[in-house]
Amino acid sequence: MKRNILTAARVIRSKNSGPYELTLDILFKDREHFELFRRRNVVTKRRIAGLYGRPVADILKIVYFEPSNALKITMRRPIPSGDAGETDIYGAQQHAPLLSLTY
Amino acid sequence: MAKKTAKKKEFRVLSTTAILGYGFPESSFRAGLAKKPDLIGADAGSTDPGPYYLGAGKSFTDRSAVKRDLRFMLTAGVRRGIPVVIGTAGGSGARPHVDWCEAIIREIAAEEKLSFKMGVIYADVPKARVRRHLKKGEITPLTYVPPLTEAVLDESVNIVCQMGVEPIQKALAAGCQVVLAGRSYDPAVFASLPIMLGFDPGLAIHMGKILECAAIAATPGSGADCAFGTLTGDSFVLEALNPARRFTKLSTAAHTLYEKTDPYHLPGPGGELDLTGCSFTELPGGRVEVRGSRHVETERYWVKLEGVRRVGFRTIAVAGTRDPIMIREIDGILAGVEAQVRDLLKAESVEGRIFFHVYGKDGVMGGLEPEKRIRSHELGIVIEAVGPTQAAADSVCSLTRSTLLHYGYPGRISTAGNLALPFSPSDARMGEVFEFSVYHLMPLARPDDFPMRVVTLRGGKETK
Repeated sequence: MKRNILTAARVIRSKNSGPYELTLDILFKDREHFELFRRRNVVTKRRIAGLYGRPVADILKIVYFEPSNALKITMRRPIPSGDAGETDIYGAQQHAPLLSLTY
Repeated sequence: MAKKTAKKKEFRVLSTTAILGYGFPESSFRAGLAKKPDLIGADAGSTDPGPYYLGAGKSFTDRSAVKRDLRFMLTAGVRRGIPVVIGTAGGSGARPHVDWCEAIIREIAAEEKLSFKMGVIYADVPKARVRRHLKKGEITPLTYVPPLTEAVLDESVNIVCQMGVEPIQKALAAGCQVVLAGRSYDPAVFASLPIMLGFDPGLAIHMGKILECAAIAATPGSGADCAFGTLTGDSFVLEALNPARRFTKLSTAAHTLYEKTDPYHLPGPGGELDLTGCSFTELPGGRVEVRGSRHVETERYWVKLEGVRRVGFRTIAVAGTRDPIMIREIDGILAGVEAQVRDLLKAESVEGRIFFHVYGKDGVMGGLEPEKRIRSHELGIVIEAVGPTQAAADSVCSLTRSTLLHYGYPGRISTAGNLALPFSPSDARMGEVFEFSVYHLMPLARPDDFPMRVVTLRGGKETK
């Protein structure tokens, strides 16, 4: 049976990395879950692109950061922060699609 | 700069708050002073609140809150002889922001009868200078940023560049006890003095990178509390000044991820912080020791430019609907309203753009929203109108609101009005609209060469 990401992560968040990028952090509960995700390659550019309905080319980077048992995904903002019609200046509420990740 | 060996064994830094004006408990500040800091600093800005503040020359922080924070820092710093450094003054760090913050400092100096020498450093970059580099192909866009064109440069206002440690060091070396800097690389506020004294730039900048957010990197985190850093020859130690918080290995390392693209490689003015060999170790007393941070200089010294351009004026209206048929039909209704409004505007030769922010549908995520079903029993609708003048924006907003209010849609049974409007007046002017237009790298031949003014205050009064 597949498990939900919330059984593995203690923090899932989004934020601007400058006005043109959104960065998503998944902080795992422990080293075991971090290693499991890294080993199984659970989070891929293709999967993130699918979750957000974006082209794979708009997913810039996926980085594993051992010191905080974390995984960081950086993607292109569809609209730069503050442009007319934009919805989230700080980019702080763009994480919810990650909550449907399973492993 | 030639490598010097640190004469002092330690360098102690008190960071008061994540953004000047966010506040801090007086007890934390006093606890920090008791640890005899060599520097009191605060980062005062960010691009996070969006392009408006840079363009309009206004601070996103509150004047009285900034004054309150500064009063603690200046009185303690000046009376005890501790340098006080403020970076990215006024939130965005362009000339009007720096001048705004300087006026606050002068007020405090007069009220408290303080005597000190202050270096005021401007980060504004003349367009002619950007144009020279642009012609030589030396203006490099950051990721996803369109290349800069002469036309966009012409339209841009308040172009600033993120200064590194050099201009702040120059002010400190000139004997300034208070340094008020325009747009600065956040860590430079905290790293300038220790690097000048010979401490390792990698450790000093990494410590600054964490301290610029003050207690956000502690647990529980807070942007409105102080943090303390102690830099030594081969490490730095972080600690909270509030017994309710502590630094842990995880809180510190997690903060290294915050708002960054790649936590192992953090680019800044003139180089990059390389954290691939970095270690975080917990010490007793809620402290964390960090080792192994390295600063790698780039061959050329590059700085980041930031600039915005005005794209018009905005007027908004807030409304809601509780009608299940309208909610079901919402996409068609909004498209129909927009088409109808466009026809009217065309006939009247009024220009403008219309955006609907529909809360309960995709108001938060817009185009990134994967959930296509609406499951809410009510929707919030923010009408955003952007026009070339405030009057045009008002017209577009008003027309869109009235058209939506009385729009006839398939299956409509509520024929008296489609919207619940919470306010009278229903429409609110939001003023100028700016967008980021410059977010590029530019080479600097002289990283210390920024316009600086030295102000000498005696008993709060300026002397020559």
